[in-house]
Amino acid sequence: MSGIPHDHYEPKTGFEKWVHERLPIVGLVYDTLMIPTPKNLNWMWIWGIVLAFCLGLQIVTGIILAMHYTPHVDLAFASVEHIMRDVNAGHMIRYLHMNGASLFFVAVYLHIFRGLFYGSYKSPREITWIIGMLIYLCMMGTAFMGYVLPWGQMSFWGATVITGLFGAIPFIGDALQTWLLGGPAVDNATLNRFFSLHYLLPFVIAALVVVHIWAFHNTGNNNPSGVEVRRGSKAEAEKDTVPFFPYYVIKDVFALAVILAVFFAIVGFMPNYLGHPDNYIEANPLATPAHIVPEWYFLPFYAILRAFTSEVWIVQFASFVTGGIIDAKFFGVLAMFGAIAVMALAPWLDTSSVRSGRYRPMFKWWFYLLLLDFMLLMWLGAMPAEEPYATFSLIASAYWFAYFLVILPLLGVIEKPQTPVATIEDDFNAHYGKAKAESGASASTPAE
Amino acid sequence: MFKKLALSTLTALTLSAGTALAAGGAGHVHDEQFSFEGPFGKFDQNQLQRGLQVYTEVCSSCHGLKYVPLRTLADEGGPHLPEDQVRAYSEQNFEAYDEELEDFRPAKPTDFFPESNDPNAPDLSLMAKARAGFHGPLGTGISQLVNGMGGAEYIASILTSYNGKEKEEAGTVFYGNDAFPGGWIAMAPPLYGEDVEYADGHSNDLHHEAVDVSAFLMWAAEPKMMARQRAGFVAVLFLSVLSVLLYLTNKKLWKPIKQGAKKA
Repeated sequence: MSGIPHDHYEPKTGFEKWVHERLPIVGLVYDTLMIPTPKNLNWMWIWGIVLAFCLGLQIVTGIILAMHYTPHVDLAFASVEHIMRDVNAGHMIRYLHMNGASLFFVAVYLHIFRGLFYGSYKSPREITWIIGMLIYLCMMGTAFMGYVLPWGQMSFWGATVITGLFGAIPFIGDALQTWLLGGPAVDNATLNRFFSLHYLLPFVIAALVVVHIWAFHNTGNNNPSGVEVRRGSKAEAEKDTVPFFPYYVIKDVFALAVILAVFFAIVGFMPNYLGHPDNYIEANPLATPAHIVPEWYFLPFYAILRAFTSEVWIVQFASFVTGGIIDAKFFGVLAMFGAIAVMALAPWLDTSSVRSGRYRPMFKWWFYLLLLDFMLLMWLGAMPAEEPYATFSLIASAYWFAYFLVILPLLGVIEKPQTPVATIEDDFNAHYGKAKAESGASASTPAE
Repeated sequence: MFKKLALSTLTALTLSAGTALAAGGAGHVHDEQFSFEGPFGKFDQNQLQRGLQVYTEVCSSCHGLKYVPLRTLADEGGPHLPEDQVRAYSEQNFEAYDEELEDFRPAKPTDFFPESNDPNAPDLSLMAKARAGFHGPLGTGISQLVNGMGGAEYIASILTSYNGKEKEEAGTVFYGNDAFPGGWIAMAPPLYGEDVEYADGHSNDLHHEAVDVSAFLMWAAEPKMMARQRAGFVAVLFLSVLSVLLYLTNKKLWKPIKQGAKKA
């Protein structure tokens, strides 16, 4: 499957041959697990496993929760309390599911920014990147609908605000919103379809994950140096790679264990820290909370949504040019989805000939600024819509777009990148060979 | 590794900043020392029983606890009343509507606490969790983590922060309260001190009554807290040991590969 030459599964016994001729499933598993993987991957390459674990955790805990949950406006909130109080270990399963969503998003953001820094999105991995962005969109949809299910105040009002975004689309908006909600407002029909889709989407994600893995198993992994594995011969490829199993399986499982220790500390001792307290108040369509705030992982894009008010010149300009079709609300919606769209287009916006950010002296700083910008947007998304936060939001949103639409294309032209290492083997040796040689020399003790 | 962990922690903190602040108001909440704080905190059974008494004799005249089953009063780790006492308590204090009788009858342990009598009085089942997000600095909730401050402190502060002022607006009397966001609350001061007589002779001044009922409401909101913390502790311990073993396995596994680099 992989373009990197390596050993393939050889059925040995008669039975193995019999099976292999009919269904080469053992070979598929073998080739997938034994894929040659660059040996210089650093600790930012562990998030894929964490994400796969999160998907499994969410599906398993979610299926159990669905056995005890009732998707009805009069019963949903009480059924969650039933899970928390009466179901065996129900409180643990629900807190795992609740905080599992947060771990999922922590991991996906680190995974995405890893890709952005090391140029993992660049040719020939564009499809891997696009599939990844689709997974991320599905995750957002799933998380949003899942948050509505407990039918607390933030569930209800979050759903009202976010589905209201579709109402901002010109001409068809109102009809579309009514169709999505199953009625004029968020109500029982909405809760039921959200429950149904919240159950469905994770399996769509699982299918996309298979395609995502398939795509990068075909191109091979990217790595911190951004240099491709040599593919001239098997011997050459083996100098640059190690088989995924056992080398990266053990490394990733170790990382996963450390992350889970932190995760379980949060679940055990502060499970509500990342949630909104108002969601422990049952939904009340007659009482609007003082501030409606989405879950933390939506905040950066929520900040972008709110940044473009009718006072901003570009919004006024868009409104003037389109004869009022694009008003401030619709502009905000376009900006929010556009913020993800420009990220998805990164493979074609980045014009640099060098893949890894490690060898790009100017890019590095713009990238770190993007990370800070993301954090800032996250904080601003939680702040009330007033000064000075509105101005900050506008500046931070502008930088997000500028990074992808202006800085990435321009840097490829004006930046003078350093020369990357010749091979992955050289990169690995430079890291471990040199460090070993130095420590050996200073210690001046005989080698082990 | 640590860089990444720090990054994810930072992300988490930045974010919850928002959530905590959004629920907030400007009222002043003071810290209390509760037995259930910290990773190994436990509910104080006697305190929960005293709090139950305050709830029954004072709060329940207006407020309800509709998500709390009466039988859980017998739960270990909770008020842990003997079963016959739970039965007697339910019968003597509450009524439940029976669909077969089509009438009210004395409550049984299998019933829940009644709903609020007064439609303006919120249900208190989850109040200790619904009022946990008022902490700074800058809405990060860090003071909540450091001081262990949560909804129980908020409830105790509300009960003890009436300043004696009153005002009337549109026919409703509001009472000055320094802990309540905005400073004016519609609930008349429910406790003055010595409102109940504790059987165990514990002090029944205003502060003690407020703290006791706050502890009881914390238990009502999160009855499985101790089981959760125990599970979390075992999981963290297990995963820490597993991490060490996996670290050593990983190190040994990669050693020949890294030594290969040395030769090169």
